[in-house]
Amino acid sequence: MSQSTAPAQVPTDSSSSALRNAVIRLAGDSQDGIQSIGAFLGQLAGSTAQEVMTYMTIPSTISGGPSIFQVHLGSGDVLHPGDEADTLVAFYQHSYENHLKTVKDGGICFYDSDQVEEVKEERGIIHIGVPFTSATIEAIGGTTKSRGKNIFVLGLLCAVYQLDRLRMSEIIAGKFGKKSEDVLRNAMLAFDAGYAWPVHDIEHMPMAPGENEGDKRLSTDGNTMLSLGLIAGGVRFGAGYPITPWTTIMEFLRSELPKYNGMFIQCEDELAAVSLAIGASFSGHLAITGSSGPGLSLKSEAIGYACMAEMPLIVVNIQRGGPSTGLPTSVEQSDLLQAIYGSHGDAPRVVIAPKNVEDCFYTAIEACRIAKEYSTPVLILSDQAIATRLEAFQEPDLSKHWREPTLDLSERGADFKPYPLDKITKHSPPGARSSEGKYPVVTGLEHDEWGHPSGNPENHEKMTAKRRNKLLKLAESYGPTKIHGEDSGSLLFIGWGSTYGPIKEATDRMNSEGRKVGSVHLRHVHPLPIDLDEIFDRYDHVLVPEMNDSGMYGYGQLATLLRAQTCNAKIQSTNKVQGISFRVLELVTAAEKLISNK
Amino acid sequence: MSDTTSAAPAEKLTKKQLKADHPTWCPACGDFAVLASFFNVVQKLGIPHEKICVVAGIGCSSRFPYFVNAHGIHFIHGRALPLATGISLSRPDLHVFVFGGDGDGFSIGGNHLNHAARKNVNLSYVVMDNFVYGLTKNQTSPTTPLGRKSKTDPRGAIDRPINPMAQLVASGATFIARTHAAQVKHMNAMFERAILHPGFAVVETLSECTMFFPGAFDDGNPRKGGVFDLVNEEEQEMESTSAAMELSQDLSPGKFGVYYETKRDTKNDLERAWLTDAQKTVAGMSEQDILRQRFASMR
Repeated sequence: MSQSTAPAQVPTDSSSSALRNAVIRLAGDSQDGIQSIGAFLGQLAGSTAQEVMTYMTIPSTISGGPSIFQVHLGSGDVLHPGDEADTLVAFYQHSYENHLKTVKDGGICFYDSDQVEEVKEERGIIHIGVPFTSATIEAIGGTTKSRGKNIFVLGLLCAVYQLDRLRMSEIIAGKFGKKSEDVLRNAMLAFDAGYAWPVHDIEHMPMAPGENEGDKRLSTDGNTMLSLGLIAGGVRFGAGYPITPWTTIMEFLRSELPKYNGMFIQCEDELAAVSLAIGASFSGHLAITGSSGPGLSLKSEAIGYACMAEMPLIVVNIQRGGPSTGLPTSVEQSDLLQAIYGSHGDAPRVVIAPKNVEDCFYTAIEACRIAKEYSTPVLILSDQAIATRLEAFQEPDLSKHWREPTLDLSERGADFKPYPLDKITKHSPPGARSSEGKYPVVTGLEHDEWGHPSGNPENHEKMTAKRRNKLLKLAESYGPTKIHGEDSGSLLFIGWGSTYGPIKEATDRMNSEGRKVGSVHLRHVHPLPIDLDEIFDRYDHVLVPEMNDSGMYGYGQLATLLRAQTCNAKIQSTNKVQGISFRVLELVTAAEKLISNK
Repeated sequence: MSDTTSAAPAEKLTKKQLKADHPTWCPACGDFAVLASFFNVVQKLGIPHEKICVVAGIGCSSRFPYFVNAHGIHFIHGRALPLATGISLSRPDLHVFVFGGDGDGFSIGGNHLNHAARKNVNLSYVVMDNFVYGLTKNQTSPTTPLGRKSKTDPRGAIDRPINPMAQLVASGATFIARTHAAQVKHMNAMFERAILHPGFAVVETLSECTMFFPGAFDDGNPRKGGVFDLVNEEEQEMESTSAAMELSQDLSPGKFGVYYETKRDTKNDLERAWLTDAQKTVAGMSEQDILRQRFASMR
């Protein structure tokens, strides 16, 4: 069984025999069902008060290709998918060779001894060969080939980490029971065989029990939470076109919205999708459209229209990597400037970004509120990492966050103007009677307060200011920006989107090592909060980690905006464009470098 | 998405109530007649004022919403149909009218025409076809006849014009008609039938650009020595796509009238049927409870 010659060592937490964190990397091919192992572990963590965060790579091929799924389980906070793996599970030679380097010194590597030839290495990694393939076939019996070996591995991991076997069996039954009795029986046979497999070179490493309060814990991915947030925020109409990684939102809403008396329409292209959504907004509903990078570009003209015509509209953009087709299944934060400025003319709109899976829900609701109150397009910038990874968290309290969908067809009186200069526009949808018998035309031509086309120079300047000033009013309403860690000191991290976890952990790690570091996470990336300049003054350095390029002038996209907003020369960038998230260590290293160069 | 009913009973609309800004079209533009015809038909059908919804993209004819005193939306070039689809699907109580030209409908928005037709979205669409780009001042359009000179084809148009009637038949429109802006009675009749048709109804209306392409439709105008040749609906198989295709073969000046008319489930009905079924699965539950149930399944 085992071909390991390394001494048996149990990597445990120094303070107790139970593990508080475990990072498990599963490496195989995309058809092996390694995502399912991750999903099962995530669901288990969610229902046993543990935290979890996952990370996966998916090949952008139609079927097959190397793929990994990394699960970070924790008893307390889990803020990132893990810098290096405690345990690697390798299904093939290429998985083994490519990913052994991600295992920490003295870590563990399980490999399929039917497929993998062990290679000599000198980092004390404990190698444990288990014949995943043949043991699964033996357990299930017959000619199942390689199907089920993922569930075998799941059983093995449950035993090694002493996870809740009974609960896991229930989760497996919940998943496979719907298919057929045979499928469920085979899955349970594979699971039990994996669980019972004798592992000699290590002792079991029980995970400490979860410390999260509350019984209503969910585990799911960002796109699901974003979709549910849109529903809770009052969205009842949507339109889209398939593009990875946005597609799962449209699939979800297409099935789910009808239950809420709403609908989601699949369109012939991105231009039609945004147009349908604007049509539904014009009709008085709150509507969404969404896409990923290239699709957002196609929608740009219509988004500019919505800015000009002051239509409430929600546009979701699940960012992926690179320009054009780029890295369609990888993460990047390089659509920020496109989201803020992508259109023609001066077309101010709102851009907000979720920080993690749970926050997708609340960010979506916030987007709904802003779109309605400020009669403006709001772009939600999520990214591939948040969209696809699993996290566990407390179920939202709907009694606090629910926004009732409204359709205001009340009669408009004599004082109604579609585009008043002294007030925020409040659209009168068709069906609303006008007491004076005069009906408005919503338009993309520059217009006066009554919506009549007007090329008057002063009018254009006033209307441009009107559309800009309402968003400045929004920025004034944010309240003081929250700082994590030290509220003054040597360095401030400031970031947006999915860098939240690594930045927070880097801040904590540096402070625990005696540094004075704070961090700011921006949900509202456009317009920016108005108190940042004052915050920057309290630190020696300001560092902006972003998953985009430093560009021609040496600064990432948010850093460029912050420098424009504050003219503060302290603002520096650290950028990563590898299609993968920051590691905590990378951020600490960049921060230390900045501090020591002082 | 719920159906909304008018708060007050509809009063008889007058032309004065329907008129808005004076049209900015050139003198003698065919579009004036289209506007007058629209007023006539809307009055005749007694559509409640606040339920009229006029939609357009970009082009001379697409200025239409400004000239009608009704809820209107003047959108971007080529996207009037998807915009109107969003309105029609989300607000079944409204009467959605789309107006636009040949560039808007057959060129930049060409693909949307196919899809609105195949989905059979419930709305009326009047294409005011003048065979030329007028707003941008005389460039070749998708329906410009071969050989006609324009600023973009100084040696005469070399690209074969599209055949809108054949395209509409092929893409599945359920009401397809053709009329001439100089034939007011016929135009009124076509508009009325289009409005009453449940589903995607298109009326191609030849509307002369007196500025850049005068005389383009004289061959279909008896007052200018042409022939206004009507489709014989007694003999025409109205639900036959092959018969409609046959009619579509020669459009110079071609026949006028209804080429094709059939009843097929509308996108509106089909989506609503799903909605109704989905509602049954959650009968008696509040929307918040439906969401809570979903959360429970994620534990």
